[in-house]
Amino acid sequence: MDDREDGPVSGAIVKIKGLTKRFGAVTAVDNVDLEVAPGELFALLGGSGCGKTTLLRLLAGFETPDAGRIFIDGQDMTGVPPHLRPVNMMFQSYALFPHMNVAENVGYGLRREGVAKAETTTRVADVLEQVRLADYAQRRPAQLSGGQRQRVALARALVKRPKILLLDEPLAALDRKLREGTRFELVRLQEQLGLTFVMVTHDQEEAMSMATRLAVMNAGRIAQVGTPHEVYERPTSRFVADFIGVANILKIEGGWLALRPEKIALSAERPGLANVVAGKIVDIAYEGDRSLYRIATDGAVMIVSTAPNLSHRRGDSVWLGWAADAGHPLDA
Amino acid sequence: MRFVIALPFLWLGIFFLLPFALVLAIALGTNAPDSVPPVELGIGLKSFTLLFTDDLYLAAWLTSLRIAATSTLVTLLFGYLMAYAIARAAPERRPLLLMLVVLPFWTSFLIRVYAWMGLLDENGLLNQFLRWSGIATDPGTILGTEWAVHLGIVYAYLPFMVLPLYAVLEKLDMSLLEAAADLGARPFAAFLTITLPLSLPGIVAGCLLVFIPAVGEFVIPDLLGGTDTLMIGKVLWDEFFTNADWPLASAVAICLLVLLAGPIALFQHQQARSLERRT
Repeated sequence: MDDREDGPVSGAIVKIKGLTKRFGAVTAVDNVDLEVAPGELFALLGGSGCGKTTLLRLLAGFETPDAGRIFIDGQDMTGVPPHLRPVNMMFQSYALFPHMNVAENVGYGLRREGVAKAETTTRVADVLEQVRLADYAQRRPAQLSGGQRQRVALARALVKRPKILLLDEPLAALDRKLREGTRFELVRLQEQLGLTFVMVTHDQEEAMSMATRLAVMNAGRIAQVGTPHEVYERPTSRFVADFIGVANILKIEGGWLALRPEKIALSAERPGLANVVAGKIVDIAYEGDRSLYRIATDGAVMIVSTAPNLSHRRGDSVWLGWAADAGHPLDA
Repeated sequence: MRFVIALPFLWLGIFFLLPFALVLAIALGTNAPDSVPPVELGIGLKSFTLLFTDDLYLAAWLTSLRIAATSTLVTLLFGYLMAYAIARAAPERRPLLLMLVVLPFWTSFLIRVYAWMGLLDENGLLNQFLRWSGIATDPGTILGTEWAVHLGIVYAYLPFMVLPLYAVLEKLDMSLLEAAADLGARPFAAFLTITLPLSLPGIVAGCLLVFIPAVGEFVIPDLLGGTDTLMIGKVLWDEFFTNADWPLASAVAICLLVLLAGPIALFQHQQARSLERRT
């Protein structure tokens, strides 16, 4: 198990200290401290309006913080405009230039840097090869599919060899099938290039499957930082337990207990486990690879997940049981 | 249904093609000062050959094109700044600012040009102010010069430039400019490489909307310009009313139309293309 704590990361490439951003009466980012290590694929995860996109825009320099500082590779970014920051962003809308073809879009950043023509041509060709778009160099964005546009946006940011690549909901505009393939491709590219990715997403499955570490955000604050495994297995708050995956949150003495549906055993006979509750099946959702049950117990409706099992019926009286260490106590 | 489609053609036939045929017929006729109307119909190219041989007409053409071109450029410069400022203003302020651009249309065009006469006259408000403030004790008179004509055209046609430019600038996706900045473009470079090329349809539309009527402009050069500002619209008027030479005036009108057919076709083509791109 990964036992890395959420304390300071040695040799962080991104250091955020006390960062605050207000829009009128709304505090979008509220006194955030965060560190990202080089080579990480770091995810900012949260629902809409949690401040994750604002945090990303603060990193890119599109927003000016009201308080706090951002250091990138040890350099204070206060007052540094976007065009001078060593980061590049992949926009959620991709923001491809409609009047330029793919090669011109990708080469745009190199031309602004004053990179020689010959080198620009090679670097553009190389990166287009990397994202498998070599044959599309002369196409206009309007002539590309959604997945191809996404890869142009990625190539345009990657070709600049940024210290950090910022990705704003990189997969949100793709359809489900394409999204899953692209997930692996992004991770492969990130590992291959050894770059640091900071990604914003509202999709916890995406964050869990891609990120080396993630920060769960809520109302402008960071609720928890850790590896996907830590955040899932040891959530520190009810919010995180509820937001990441499905959790049964039980009132126990001195606080709360988060209990994942797959940690609960379901049986017709009373099981010999530390904790046992009787209940009645309210609903069964067969999902192919598993079955989800909603079970009414004395206290509350609990959610239990098992291997696909067709022997239980709605209305059956069943027993729920879980081991003494199955749940994770929460402070708040 | 068929009637609805036929209606514009009918309209065009009655109010454009028929008058045009009449004008063409008059242009091919000869001047007959003693008859009413003062034309003898026939097929002759005398009026047209006169147009191409007398230096006066060529000079008037060139002056018209030059004045229209320079004032279109000046209008573009001011119009772009205004449209850009309005498009970047807070959304709730934009309708007010746009209304201010259109507001002068509430007063008759002719009256507004007369008002400029009052401003630019030798003893007009401008010179009174210059003398009063001591900036110039003996200021020259702008009225009756080509400067006044330029000023009048820029003033009168500015809204026609601002509106199409505003339409494209307002639609411009701001994330494109953020992407440009993110990729290392300074604000001015982002303007030159993103904003300007993407607003080209508005620039073309605005310039043609100003240039086309400015070439044939009559009221502004007549009221604000001097006798030496020879624009083709004024020549036409003089031939018709002062010299009562209908065939020659008609020939001038036809040449004006042919000359402007190019820019008008360009405008139509560009409008059709931007319509296509939207669908």
